[in-house]
Amino acid sequence: MAKKFLSGNEAFAYGVRFARPQVISAYPITPQTIVVEKLSEFVENGSLKAEFIHVESEHSALSCAMGASSVGARAFTATSSQGLLYMAECLPYAAGGRFPIVMMNANRSTALPWNIYGDQRDSLSQLDSGWIQAYAENAQEALDLALMSFYIAEHKNVSTPFMANLDGFVLTHTYEVVDVPTQEQADKFLPPFKTENKMSFEEPKNLGFSAGPDNNIIFKYKEHLGLLKAKAVIKEAETHFESIFGRQYTGLTESYRTEDADYLLITLGSISGLVREVVDRLREEGRKVGLLRLRYLRPFPDEEITAAVRKAKAVAVLEKDISFGNEGTVYTNVNSALHKAGINIPSSDYIGGLGGKNISDEEIEQIFTDLAQQRTGVHFIGIGGGQSGS
Amino acid sequence: MAVNAKTLNETEFFYGHKACAGCGGSLAVRIALKVLGERTISVLPAGCMSAVGFNFPQLCFGNNAIISTFAGTASMLTGVEAGLRAQGITDFHAVGFAGDGGTADIGLQALSGAIDRNDDILYICYDNEAYMNTGIQKSSLTPFGARTTTTPAGKNIHGNLTQKKNMFEIVAAHDIPYAATASVGYINDFMRKVEKAASIRGTKYIHVLAPCPTGWGIKTDETVEVAKEVVDCGLWYLAEYENGRFTLNHKPEKFTDIKDYLKKQSRFRHLTDDDIEIIKTSRNTKWEYIQKNFNE
Repeated sequence: MAKKFLSGNEAFAYGVRFARPQVISAYPITPQTIVVEKLSEFVENGSLKAEFIHVESEHSALSCAMGASSVGARAFTATSSQGLLYMAECLPYAAGGRFPIVMMNANRSTALPWNIYGDQRDSLSQLDSGWIQAYAENAQEALDLALMSFYIAEHKNVSTPFMANLDGFVLTHTYEVVDVPTQEQADKFLPPFKTENKMSFEEPKNLGFSAGPDNNIIFKYKEHLGLLKAKAVIKEAETHFESIFGRQYTGLTESYRTEDADYLLITLGSISGLVREVVDRLREEGRKVGLLRLRYLRPFPDEEITAAVRKAKAVAVLEKDISFGNEGTVYTNVNSALHKAGINIPSSDYIGGLGGKNISDEEIEQIFTDLAQQRTGVHFIGIGGGQSGS
Repeated sequence: MAVNAKTLNETEFFYGHKACAGCGGSLAVRIALKVLGERTISVLPAGCMSAVGFNFPQLCFGNNAIISTFAGTASMLTGVEAGLRAQGITDFHAVGFAGDGGTADIGLQALSGAIDRNDDILYICYDNEAYMNTGIQKSSLTPFGARTTTTPAGKNIHGNLTQKKNMFEIVAAHDIPYAATASVGYINDFMRKVEKAASIRGTKYIHVLAPCPTGWGIKTDETVEVAKEVVDCGLWYLAEYENGRFTLNHKPEKFTDIKDYLKKQSRFRHLTDDDIEIIKTSRNTKWEYIQKNFNE
């Protein structure tokens, strides 16, 4: 291993390189560009042997990746925001075809108004597309996730595409010291891609077919099971990863000082680092607060959430997202898990960071203060906006 | 050796499908696959051929085939070709079969991208001159005057008002290694072109006119005859583009009557003599251009 000073995008590109993808198809969009620029450099200097396809749109990027995957090649693409929405038709297509493509998404706001900065409305709008969705917190996790994503997506029990999300700019463009593994270590971790779900001249197949009303639900049920089975495979991948690289990951969620916490904040992505600092500071003041970071949104960590929340007195979700006319999508998902588990404590939703607006440590502290007062409802941070426009 | 009726592969690669009787598109696909042979992967977008050939569990392609998104024929072909090549497999054909709407409208961007990259693929547009799978709606390859369900023929408007998009020359303008026009009415010419395209590296495009009895309003046993007649009356032509030059493959000595061609199809039956005069004038303009710019 070697220490390198890398941005989130660059770290992810290293992870992809170590995974030896055979076909990379991508179209540039800020703030994703650096990951594909880096990969094209790797191809140019010979450190990555892959077909790099300069497609003319994001729709073609994912369509091309599906073509490659359909003949058994390991395929990678990356996008962001408008690009993700432009390729949206191909997302459920890849999932339904059970093509285990890996895609990095640089989380960015969606127009209108135009905005290139980070929020998570792009990926969360595609939560139901049948892809695994993971959210990295820092550059090291980005690299490690890139490598693990192929392992998880391609596992025969899963065979499901994988979207790895990095917060735009805050994570994609921020430089950190990253442990970069060797290719030998990576090869030990990740076997070459093997699948029966492919067209070959030895065993010709018709793929991507129609299935009418009688059969359709069977395929959809199996697709659902593939995502559910990813839960166990994620654990398996992380155990295997730790045995080779020595770094430990904690599955679908990461708990921080939650064991005895009365007040729990649930969030995802790079903002977790700041929340952790606030938790530490408030703990020093004797306040029993904790953080639960959602590392995966699909498969959804319902058991992990209920386990962490069970003893708490109140819980809040902090997310860079709004499902207009309702509430944050993460909040809806979390509440569903709590309701099913019979947990009936005050829960609230804090929506912030839209279009890259900064979330301050004071604002995070205020959430914990609100929790102690058993506050509920949906709140827009930084503008004093309430659920019903109050 | 040129493929002909005697040497054509006996094996069927596209059968058991539920295309309408007399379908010109399925004839083009069937014949092309016989020429290309077993080591072929077909990509077909949403459209007639995928709708009739891929209904689980009744899958009708004898060799590898996959449905792409409507806009994604060319881009998926690119991925198939690159994916196989990345695994060291090179002795195969990656062929796309897309209709006129899937090619000239929604799929044009991806096709242009593939030609720009010169990906080693063969793209065959089977042109039945409207969105037939969804029930005969106008595409940009619907000819002037044709009645479709979205260009109804009434007192005020006599069917489609636009001219057929010139896909052949649009594709050629990319400086593509090989492009050709064809018709299922001249099947030997079509087979020869598929065989030739298969021998060329880089992107190849064949635009084959394929009548649709259902959408054109002709009898189911008239497909081949009408596909001949459209060439004989000069409303379609058989040509190739290669090495920067256009070649005309077939020059009718004297055009047959346009009116006969049009009036036997219910989609054109409403046309007035004035309408037919417009069609004749545009045919003549086209042929002046062909005679000036194409080799013979």
